[in-house]
Amino acid sequence: MTDTQIIPGVERRLKNHTSFRQTLSHSLTMAYRGLVKVRRTPEQFFDVVLQPILFTPMFTYIFGGAIAGGVKAYLPIIIPGILVQTIITATVVTGVQLREDMEKGVFNRFRSLPIARIAPLAGALLADTVRYVIAATITFGMGYLLGYRPGAGIEGVLMGGLLVIIFAWCLSWIFAFFGMIVRTASSVQGISLLILFPLTFLSNAFVPVKTLPHWLQGFVNGNPISHLISAIRQLTSNGVIGHDFWLSLIGAAVIVAIFAPLTVRAYMRKA
Amino acid sequence: MISPLAIEVQGLVKTFGDNRAVDGVDLRVPTGSIYGVLGPNGAGKSTVINVLATLMKPDGGSAKVFGHDVVEESQIVRQLIGVTGQAATVDEGLSATENLVIFGRLLGLSMSGAKKKAAELLEEFGLTEAAKRPLSKFSGGMRRRLDLAASLIAQPPLIFLDEPTTGLDPRTRIQMWETIRRLVAKGSTILLTTQYLDEADQLADRIAVIDHGKVIAEGTGAELKASIGTATLQLQLTKAQDTDTAMQVAHTVLGVKVNNPSEGHITAPMTDPDFVTDLLVALRAEKIHLSQVSVQEPTLDEVFLTLTGKPSLAEKGATE
Repeated sequence: MTDTQIIPGVERRLKNHTSFRQTLSHSLTMAYRGLVKVRRTPEQFFDVVLQPILFTPMFTYIFGGAIAGGVKAYLPIIIPGILVQTIITATVVTGVQLREDMEKGVFNRFRSLPIARIAPLAGALLADTVRYVIAATITFGMGYLLGYRPGAGIEGVLMGGLLVIIFAWCLSWIFAFFGMIVRTASSVQGISLLILFPLTFLSNAFVPVKTLPHWLQGFVNGNPISHLISAIRQLTSNGVIGHDFWLSLIGAAVIVAIFAPLTVRAYMRKA
Repeated sequence: MISPLAIEVQGLVKTFGDNRAVDGVDLRVPTGSIYGVLGPNGAGKSTVINVLATLMKPDGGSAKVFGHDVVEESQIVRQLIGVTGQAATVDEGLSATENLVIFGRLLGLSMSGAKKKAAELLEEFGLTEAAKRPLSKFSGGMRRRLDLAASLIAQPPLIFLDEPTTGLDPRTRIQMWETIRRLVAKGSTILLTTQYLDEADQLADRIAVIDHGKVIAEGTGAELKASIGTATLQLQLTKAQDTDTAMQVAHTVLGVKVNNPSEGHITAPMTDPDFVTDLLVALRAEKIHLSQVSVQEPTLDEVFLTLTGKPSLAEKGATE
């Protein structure tokens, strides 16, 4: 044991709040922890690797001829659609894994440390953006193999990828919240997919909106997923930052503004 | 000068539904001491620690750590404490080094500072060789040591140890005791919970006995033992027919009430060990032969029996 004496508790000058810089640093450390963990369990990446490899050619060849008159013409429509669908679905797994992680004893230590309350959650969700990056890379890569040559080039693709990853990070707060209030990890998965399945399919991901019945068009046009897909199509095809882009970002910010505090509160209440 | 209190708890209440897990507990722990909280499973020991460690909010009363309220100034309290819980509070999926580095980073150390601190602590707790191994290959004792190491990164002036030796083998247990004593020598204050009277007796300067969420006795080890009775002398006679004579002799020599719990077995409270020699000599003079002589220290169950008038809740739990 080193000989340095402990500084007595009453002589310490301490603050009762965490600064923004500390919060950021704590969250990044928690993200680092998440990354060290996945290095040991690479099978966590199966869904984000296999789903795009399987779905991208499947949907392209099934729908391509019928909807766009050919695979080549369909690719600029379907790739952003598949991209969003894959990554949005992957956010559910984030919530499930976070819940499983929280049931372990180490979370109690985090709660007893003088760190920002939001850090264990934000960090875990941040680490999961790696999953989204993998999914985005593979989806665009599969598209390229099928002949996808986006009009806005690599910048458009990078911007589109970035937008969907930011959106997914924000969205994952919803499932993190479910993770806090639902009893088991598997029910998080069930409830979340029940919500996401209609949201991703009842969008403009695969088909032009005008082919849908009139009453459905209203829903599809209001669906935030549709706006996100449109924004990415504009970015990748024309390099345009349109109003769909801003709508998506604002929507994402609103989700975080609502669900991050809710999630942290639910997390704090859990003994 | 009166040394300032490290912990001051007044009328603390914590309920879970109908269960009053902590029911009006008062504690005053002086700085620089080891304070033992003794009680069976389910007595409320861990709940008290959880409230003091800001993991749970109390439903009534107040708790202060170095004068800072655990609810109002929780973030300050967290900077003053280290917690080693009953369940392992380290990350199973990571190595020992990775665990300590991450905790060090969270506590504001730089990456190189955190690595240095981790290496130092692993060395100190004899874990250097196992530093890179996954925790799933760690023994219970190694895990406890790592857990304690993780609590010491920030050199907190107050350390909570929730049943630090439960489930450890006797040798590892003694090592843990030595570690705890060294911590106090450096100026830390320690609050530890235990189910073992001898552990509280060995380590703690003062002990609070807790049952059903209430403190039922408080004092130094010696005071508590004096209040709950003395050791018992146990004699097993070779011939059961000698019992009556032996009891008479014992009563005359020791001057106390002698019991006969089973055939050929007599017991008596041992107020003065010096009289035992006299008793043995007297028995030899009566040609009464003994097959066994032993002395039994008061057990935790006897403590509870004496203090509450009923056996402790957790006879089963106390042996796990």
